[in-house]
Amino acid sequence: MKKKRLLSVGLLLVLVLSTLLAACSSDKKDGTESNTNTGDSKKEKTLVFGRGGDSVSLDPITVTDGESFKVTQNIFETLINFGKQDTTLQPGLATKWETSKDGLTYTFNLQEGVKFHDGTDFNAEAVVKNFNRWMSGNADKFPYFASMFGGFKGDKAAVIKDVKADGDYKLIITLNRAQAPFLKNLAMSPFGIASPTAFEKEGDKFGDNPVGTGPFKFVSWKRNDSVTIEKNKDYWKEGLPKLDKIVFRSIPDNSARLNALNTGEIDLADGINPSDAASIQSNKNLQIFERPSMNVGYLGLTTTRPPFDNVKVRQAVNYAIDKQAIVDAFFEGKAQVAKNPMPPVIEGYNDDVKGYEYNPKKAKELLKEAGYNGKEIELWAMPVPRPYMPDGQKVAEAIQKNLADVGMKAKIVSFEWATYLEKAAKGEADAFLLGWTGDNGDADNFLYTLLDESNIGSNNYTFFKNKETHKLLLEAQTETDEEKRNELYKKAQVIISEQAPWVPLAHSTPLLAGKANIVDFYPHPTGSDILSNVDIK
Amino acid sequence: MLHYIGRSLLQLIPVLLGMTFIVFLIIRAIPGDPAQVILGQQATKEAVAALRASLGLDNPWYVQYFHYLGDLVTGNLGESMRTKVPVASELWPYLAATLELSLCAIILAVIIGVNAGIISAWFQNSWFDYMAMIIALIGVSMPIFWLGLMEQWVFGIQLDMLPTSGREDARNPVNPITYLYILDTILQGNFDQLVVVVQHLILPAFALATIPMAIIARMTRSSMLEVMRSDYVRTARAKGQKMFWVVYKHALKNAIIPVLTVIGLQMGLLLGGAILTETIFSWPGIGRYIYDAIGFRDYPVIQSGILVIAFIFIMINLFVDILYSVIDPRIKYN
Repeated sequence: MKKKRLLSVGLLLVLVLSTLLAACSSDKKDGTESNTNTGDSKKEKTLVFGRGGDSVSLDPITVTDGESFKVTQNIFETLINFGKQDTTLQPGLATKWETSKDGLTYTFNLQEGVKFHDGTDFNAEAVVKNFNRWMSGNADKFPYFASMFGGFKGDKAAVIKDVKADGDYKLIITLNRAQAPFLKNLAMSPFGIASPTAFEKEGDKFGDNPVGTGPFKFVSWKRNDSVTIEKNKDYWKEGLPKLDKIVFRSIPDNSARLNALNTGEIDLADGINPSDAASIQSNKNLQIFERPSMNVGYLGLTTTRPPFDNVKVRQAVNYAIDKQAIVDAFFEGKAQVAKNPMPPVIEGYNDDVKGYEYNPKKAKELLKEAGYNGKEIELWAMPVPRPYMPDGQKVAEAIQKNLADVGMKAKIVSFEWATYLEKAAKGEADAFLLGWTGDNGDADNFLYTLLDESNIGSNNYTFFKNKETHKLLLEAQTETDEEKRNELYKKAQVIISEQAPWVPLAHSTPLLAGKANIVDFYPHPTGSDILSNVDIK
Repeated sequence: MLHYIGRSLLQLIPVLLGMTFIVFLIIRAIPGDPAQVILGQQATKEAVAALRASLGLDNPWYVQYFHYLGDLVTGNLGESMRTKVPVASELWPYLAATLELSLCAIILAVIIGVNAGIISAWFQNSWFDYMAMIIALIGVSMPIFWLGLMEQWVFGIQLDMLPTSGREDARNPVNPITYLYILDTILQGNFDQLVVVVQHLILPAFALATIPMAIIARMTRSSMLEVMRSDYVRTARAKGQKMFWVVYKHALKNAIIPVLTVIGLQMGLLLGGAILTETIFSWPGIGRYIYDAIGFRDYPVIQSGILVIAFIFIMINLFVDILYSVIDPRIKYN
């Protein structure tokens, strides 16, 4: 009796389960078929872009995070564009521009016949309104404006003095002082030109309802989930964009994102672990995209803390670390060994700097000369993966072994990311792993930002202070002659290499993966990609 | 009864107040300056200082706390430091996503867990009993993280049966009304989307349900075993009642009280487990909302998010208490 019941209960369970599963799989098939059908009849091309996090705001001037720019780059356009896969200057909403000899006046000719998504005309007046909006803000509201252009209207350090329209399609910007990377700064995503009608009407809410001139129009935003943009049918560049719709989906976990790509829920995924590259390459349905490198991963040596207050100890550490082995093991070869604090794609890169070869013997000698007392140091390992450092913990372990070989004991410590940055900025670390991804492809954005004494307490985590480099870097900021400027940066790199506040480790190549049928996708080194040329075959 | 409910609700106030204080202090004790984190590495010192001032972070902590309480009294949950959006207006979509997921998980856990427990007790020492309890043991000790990724791999990639992330098809998104997507799609009569939404729910709900399911199964089994040995069950059986009725009507009613307690507790814990599940399955729920906020030291979001979860936790417990007396009239609260 008992057994009979059990059998019937078991049978019932099996029946229910199999019905459920059958229902699931048949639905799935139906779904795919109907999708392809609609795809054939309407030929609507939607690209689902999977990324690690959500945008903060879609008003680009108010934010500093890359995830926001990934979207706004396609809604807004800047006066000047970067090159397809580099940071050379190309026409954008400005067709051409002229610089006065003293570097204080810039004249821009603007593209005619362009309209914002809300129908407002794009002209010089609209650009002036954008600049006035930015210039009358404050550092809290528009953080990037402050850091790239010195300050706001009335501030002593402000670079921009005045912006005027000369007729409908001519714009004149006058500066208080010459700023060499001025045009490169204008090409950055935060300075996308917005519809004045829209931002005047929406005020603080503009970030939820962005209106620009770009190839795609904003449709909807489900926070922490997805942002949808659609084709701007009246886009001024003929034949573009090629896609009808783009959905930016946030999938925080790297493995989950790759899973979603494998199941076809997304078409393109960024933040691919170097260790997954091989399996993607062996999959016929997928392809790998390499983002040109514009970053540096390094081991910082806090120059105010013993033993690293001694330049010989710093040099010794530089000799002690086997960078090539680290790149091979943890970047899967998808990186270039670094010798300078900035990557070779940046103008002003000094290839003549020899760098430190792996030479433990020399390291030992230097340590001896320096009178190093064998004190154990703290080696900080990054708790989060970043393109310039895929696995901080493992890299730290390799460095620990290298240091032990030359007689320096290191204890690996780590903190949660926000804590890590704050403590490092206060100079609490002996040696720490960190890195930087460039904003505008300018040498200033690496050397001055990361190693000048003015940035101690913010991005100069090693507290490196050197009169000569300080002088060179300040001079370079106002030098408008490109060649002279590059010379200044080259000199600075020589001194930095000798002084060795860092062990530059690698310039990595961040990876993306996508379905095999995606064409004309060229990832940009800044991390914000314009997707107007991308197509699905 | 009403008296009891009223008193419990009043007791809520000091509990929640104490909690706001503890949460407030703890999150401020973690190092990491919100202004710096929000603006990122690229920010200038001036920008960070300006943001700190505008967020009121340069005030002493007790001033900040009283500001926060003052806002709470007026029903203002504050504004996210990062996105500048009022938390109250932002919270519901996340909460709804978590509620939908947690409800499905708990329903799964209860239906499967209770029945597995009952059948195990009914056929004690049978192969089903052994199997169920071994599976329950594995279930209790299985890390959600691993289970979630395995589910994705097996049912998503290998068998290509179910979607592995999100709540909907990104190419054909649900038009939200209540943000409870099952309800929304039914209200809109869009049954194709309903199927898609349910498919998206299956894997994360199972991952989230595993641990409570296992615990409920074990609890039900032991509670049932005890009841089944009692005299009235023997009497019922001796009177020739069908075993099914004896088990599901007479025995279950008495065995269910401790199980209910466990279910109530598990529902609260579920909200904690939701953080991991939501991360793996990119489920845009409140767990992930708070988790992200912690990374950015977004104090108002963390405070309000935890407050809302605590409130729900307490309400569930109150509800379970009330349910006791409905099921067992001998339990009175006066």
